[in-house]
Amino acid sequence: MSGRVTKKEALQLLKKDDLLDLGQAADSIRKKLHPEKVVSFIVDRNINYTNVCINKCSFCAFWRDKDAPDAYLLERDLLFSKIQETLDLGGTQILMQGGLHPSLDIAYYVDLLRSIKERFEINIHGFSPPEICYIADSADITIREALGILRDAGLDSIPGGGAEILSDRIREIVSPKKIRSSRWLEVMETAHRLGMRTTATMMFGSVETPEDIIVHLDAVRELQDRTGGFTAFIPWSFQPGNTELSRGGVTPPLQPTTAVEYLRVLALSRIYLDNIDNIQASWVTQGLKLAQVALRFGANDFGSTMIEENVVASTGVSYRVSKEDIINSIRSAGFTPAQRDTYYNLLGTF
Amino acid sequence: MNEKDAMSLFESDDIFGLGKMASYVAGKKNGKKAYFIRNIHVNPTNICVNRCRFCAFSRSKGQEGAFELTIPDIIKKLRAQNPKAGPAVSEVHIVGGLHPEWTFEHYLEIISSIRQKFPKLHIKAFTAVEIDYMAKISGLGLMETLKALKKSGLGSMPGGGAEILAGDIRGRLCPEKISGERWLEVMEAAHAAGIRTNATMLYGHIENYGHRVDHLMRLRKLQDRTEGFQAFIPLAYHPKNTQMQGGYTSGIDDLKTIAVSRLVLDNFDHIKAYWIMLGEKISQLALKFGADDIDGTIIEEKITHSAGAMTGEHLTAEQLKNMIVKAGKQPVERDSFYRKVKDVS
Repeated sequence: MSGRVTKKEALQLLKKDDLLDLGQAADSIRKKLHPEKVVSFIVDRNINYTNVCINKCSFCAFWRDKDAPDAYLLERDLLFSKIQETLDLGGTQILMQGGLHPSLDIAYYVDLLRSIKERFEINIHGFSPPEICYIADSADITIREALGILRDAGLDSIPGGGAEILSDRIREIVSPKKIRSSRWLEVMETAHRLGMRTTATMMFGSVETPEDIIVHLDAVRELQDRTGGFTAFIPWSFQPGNTELSRGGVTPPLQPTTAVEYLRVLALSRIYLDNIDNIQASWVTQGLKLAQVALRFGANDFGSTMIEENVVASTGVSYRVSKEDIINSIRSAGFTPAQRDTYYNLLGTF
Repeated sequence: MNEKDAMSLFESDDIFGLGKMASYVAGKKNGKKAYFIRNIHVNPTNICVNRCRFCAFSRSKGQEGAFELTIPDIIKKLRAQNPKAGPAVSEVHIVGGLHPEWTFEHYLEIISSIRQKFPKLHIKAFTAVEIDYMAKISGLGLMETLKALKKSGLGSMPGGGAEILAGDIRGRLCPEKISGERWLEVMEAAHAAGIRTNATMLYGHIENYGHRVDHLMRLRKLQDRTEGFQAFIPLAYHPKNTQMQGGYTSGIDDLKTIAVSRLVLDNFDHIKAYWIMLGEKISQLALKFGADDIDGTIIEEKITHSAGAMTGEHLTAEQLKNMIVKAGKQPVERDSFYRKVKDVS
C-alpha cells in the first residue's frame, strides 16, 4: 500500500465503498499480516466482580443501583472457585471487570489482585479505563500511580472496554458520567508506558455518525503509533435489548446493527489500523456464523471462549458456545484453530 | 455454465469474486429489488410414514410429541392473522408429514375450507413428496391429483423434499422418501397443470460439491423445459435432534452456495435466502451474494426449530424491510407470484 489511508479516504470507504470491495481489501491485508491461515482464540472467563455502578450508561443493561434487589459484590470464595474452574478448563486468563461501586477503594482492588495471585498462576486482564480512573480518583492519586500500585499487586494487562465511541459528542448522549475520550486514551497511554499491554474496543451502532467512527479509529491509530501497546482491536455493535438507550430518548428508535453494517466497520478497522496486528471477530454479539464470515472481512482472532459472560447476556443476546464449537467454527471457515495467550503467543493448534 | 464450471465455483476460495459475479446476475434479473412477503406457516401434522435421517420434526402416530391439527384448528390459526380489518398475511405455506390415516378427501378439504373462509389468501401447499403420497392414496394418478388440489384452491407449491436429488445420497439420507427422479416428475406434472413451484436443496450434511452441482444441473434442465419454478432456495442442514452426525454449515459455505446457485441457475428468476435456516444475519448478507428474496414474516416455524434453529420464528415486515434497506437494496413486499403488493420504500 502506498502511504496510509487518510481520515478523509476512510470516511469515503465507510460511506461509499461496496461491502465486497471493502471485504476484499481487508481480507488481503489480513492475509499479508497472517499468511499462515491460523485463527486464534483464548480460553478465559469473564468475571464481573460487581454490577453496582454509579455511571448508569444508557446503552448498558448490566448495571444496578447499590440497593437494587439483584445488586451483587462477588464473594471471594466464589471468585476463587470460578478461577479454579477456568484453569481446569485449560484457561490462561481471567477478564475481570465490574461496575464503579461507590464503597470500594483501592485497598479492595489491591487485596483482590493479591489474593488471586497468591493462589493461582493466571493472567489477570482487568479493569477497563473507567474503573482505573475511578480507582485513582477515589484514592486521590494519579492514573500513573494507580496503575503502578495495581500492577505491583498483580494486574497484568488491561481490557479495552469503556472506549465506546471516542467522541465526546457521542459520550455526552450515551454515557455522560463515564470518563471522556481523552482520559480513556490517557489510561491506555500510561499503561503502555508502564509496559502493560492492552486491547482497544469500539461500540458502534448507537447514535454515532460515520465521522465519529473515523475519529475513533484515528485516535486509536495515533496512540498506537506512539506506544505500540495495543495487542488487538475489537469492534462490536450496540445491543439494544433492555437498555435505556433503546427505550426512549432517541428518535427514531434504534434498530439492531445488521450484518452488513458490522462487516463494513470491521473491514474498515482492518484497513485503517495498519499498526495493530490483530482484529477480533465478536461471536458473542454477532453469532458464530457471522463471526466465521468476519474471518474473511479482516478478523484473524475469534476472541475468547467466554466460559462465563454476563454483560452482553443482560441485553437478551446470548450466543453461548463451547470451546469445541469455536474450534469447529474456525475450522469449517477454512482456518486452523489455535489457542493463544493474552499476548497472542500461540499455545497449540487443533 | 457446465458441470465443470460449477464445480470450480464451489471449489473457489474467492468469495468476493463469487459474490460480485452473482450480484451482477441478480442485478440484471431483479435490479436493486429484494423481496419479502407477509406469510404464515402451518404444519397440519408431524405424523409421517417416512423416517428421514435428517428430520427432527416427524413422529409416529401415538409417539410422544405427535400432533395433528383439525381443520377448525387450522382455520383458527389463520383467523388470528386475518382480522376483519384485512389480512395481515397474504400467503399460507402448508407442509406436513405423510399421515398414515388421512384420506385424499381430507387433504382436499383442508385446502377448500381455507379457500372458503379466506378467499383472498394465497395457498402454497404440499411438497412433491406429499403430492406423490396423495396420488398413491387417491389412486387418481399424478395429474388428476394435482388438478383436484388446484380446483380446491391450491395456488402454488413449495419446493421441499428435494434434499439432494442424487440416489446414493438419498439412500442414506431419506431411504423411504421418493427418488430424485420422482421428485422431478411430480414437479414437471405440477408445472404442466399450471401450478408454479419452488425448488430447494438441503446441503451441508453428507453430500459433496459434486452432488450439489448434479442437483443444480437437474433443476436447470427441468426449468428449461417447463419454466415452472419461481425460486430456488438452498437450505442449510441443522444437526440437532436428528439421526445424523455433523455440525452446522459455515456462514461462508452458506454465502458461497447462494452465489453459486445464482450463477448456475440462469433460468431461475429468484434465489431465496430463507432467514429461518440461515439466520437473519447471513440472509441479509446473502443479498450481497446473489439472493433477491429473504422469505417472510413466518409467524410460527416448527420444522427447522425441531432441529436446532438459532433464529426466532417471526420477523415483522418492518424488520425485514430494515434488513433489506441496510443491505443497500430496495425492499418490495411481494405476493406469491412476485408481484408488488405495495411500495414500502
